[in-house]
Amino acid sequence: MTAIRLKKLALHLAMLVGVLISLFPFYWTAVMATNTTRDMYRTPPKLVFGPELFSNIARVFENIDFTGSLLNTVIVACSTTVLVLFFDSLAAFTFAKYRFPGHRALFGVLLLTFMLPAQLSLIPQFVIMVNIGWVGTIKALIIPAAANAFGIFWMRQYIQGAVPDDLIAAARLDGAGFFRQYWNVALPIIRPGLAFLGIFTFIGSWNDYAWPLIVMTDPSNVTLQVALSQLNTSHNTDFSMVMAGALLAIAPLVVVFALFARGFVADAMKGALRG
Amino acid sequence: MTDTRTTPPREAPPGARPAAGRRRGALRTYWPHYLAISPFFLLFLVFGLVPVLFSLYLAFQHWDGIGDIQFVGLRNFAFLVKDSTFWLSLYNTFVIWIMSTVPMLFLALVLAVLLNSKVRFTSVYRIAYFIPNVTSLVAIAIVFGAVFSTNQGLINAILGSLHIGAVPWLSNEWTIKLVIASLITWQWTGYNAILYLAGLQAIPTEMYEAAKIDGAGPVQTFFRITIPQLRPIILFTVVVSTINGMQTFTEPQVLFGGNASINPNSGGPGQAGLTAILYFYREAFSNNDYGYGAAIAWAVFLVILLFTAINWRIVSRREKGTA
Repeated sequence: MTAIRLKKLALHLAMLVGVLISLFPFYWTAVMATNTTRDMYRTPPKLVFGPELFSNIARVFENIDFTGSLLNTVIVACSTTVLVLFFDSLAAFTFAKYRFPGHRALFGVLLLTFMLPAQLSLIPQFVIMVNIGWVGTIKALIIPAAANAFGIFWMRQYIQGAVPDDLIAAARLDGAGFFRQYWNVALPIIRPGLAFLGIFTFIGSWNDYAWPLIVMTDPSNVTLQVALSQLNTSHNTDFSMVMAGALLAIAPLVVVFALFARGFVADAMKGALRG
Repeated sequence: MTDTRTTPPREAPPGARPAAGRRRGALRTYWPHYLAISPFFLLFLVFGLVPVLFSLYLAFQHWDGIGDIQFVGLRNFAFLVKDSTFWLSLYNTFVIWIMSTVPMLFLALVLAVLLNSKVRFTSVYRIAYFIPNVTSLVAIAIVFGAVFSTNQGLINAILGSLHIGAVPWLSNEWTIKLVIASLITWQWTGYNAILYLAGLQAIPTEMYEAAKIDGAGPVQTFFRITIPQLRPIILFTVVVSTINGMQTFTEPQVLFGGNASINPNSGGPGQAGLTAILYFYREAFSNNDYGYGAAIAWAVFLVILLFTAINWRIVSRREKGTA
């Protein structure tokens, strides 16, 4: 009995070390963001929260257009997520439940697109954006990301398991057309799947860096991640202020993730088994 | 794993129809389905396929993005082969990839085995391990830069209190790579642990029971049952880590972006953190050399294909050996 208990205690201790390493950078970000830069230069440095958070945050707002870049990021992440959910689930529903000439070949093409790494198309994508006048606008961030192969692949697997064929057949007998079958029958059932794909897309869009860095050429009109990087480049002596900026960029996502975390991690595991 | 279930009541087949006009008939019958899948294919055509082909064309041209496009044949690639900075960037990428992937996948497997044990709170642990993966890479790269900073960093403060001299983490060739690798390891270990855990939970318990009856110890069970059963997932994580690792960009770009004394895209002192994709970014978007940039992108793509193929072979062969 005690041997089992000791073993369990050891297991928890080992896992707690992992938790500590995972979460410590967040704690330390908060410590640095709530103290002055001078506090961090001291030996030993301050290891606990200080009272300077709001003055540090205020300086973030003075040095970069934080509100503007946050607004850009929120608009981009929200519209990308809505578009991806609609286009991906519609395409996934079609591939999962219907046979039409070429459906197999088209799905094969979709899988092949996984193999093309992003950097191959970066230069031409930028040239295209220049030529259609989207460079420096958030259209350049939203439209190319409006549908993706991963989402369609994942949702197709999900729909095959979640939406019974009988239900679609019954809807068809009732006279529902293709789009009604999707909207009225499939969509309500696949809500949990949409939740996973939605969070996944939102997080990816929120954290995206390379493409916004390239295409948002006007330094005063960028996304949050690019603004944060600018802040780090131009004001790196004001340590605590940069950390307050980092904290502001991390916090909203950690909240979003914490709200949905349980289901999300479980779905990520399911996705792994299917993939 | 492909889905092999049969789903009988799909849309009724179009039935017998004269061969001529079949295509137009298909379009008339199935236009909603084609319309439903068209957004992805249109976007891929415009922002994926056309750019990839154009970048292949560009790799044989000289172009600064504004003037005329000049055909230069293989000159970009001839230059690439002799470009010591390109080889340095490949070497850096490879070293950082090894330094991050080996501990990352090993720790992930350990964590997954721990998470798979019958104790409480594992769902809380799982979430805690996953959080690094959803965190802004830019923000966390800045934080790592602060933690490893020579003068005001936490690590050196701890070393100082132990009477060990300050280590210039972000200016030494090896410690630069170590900091980048530790950042990647921190962000991706939990993610891989969750994937391994999914694999562990899918192993039927009867296999373990049978092994127990046959008198197998825990070590034998682990190497004879657990590892072979995890094989597809291990293969998947190795491939994904290879593809991601070969494309490391944001970590060094942000870590050394704050160092005003050097080019922000040089990958730090001695260019020790200059990865292949950071070099690509610098040539294409800092120096506006689109032709050479495209050549680098294609070279890196071929390297990724090669490494993925090699890793695939190594992992599948080793697993065959232990099976």
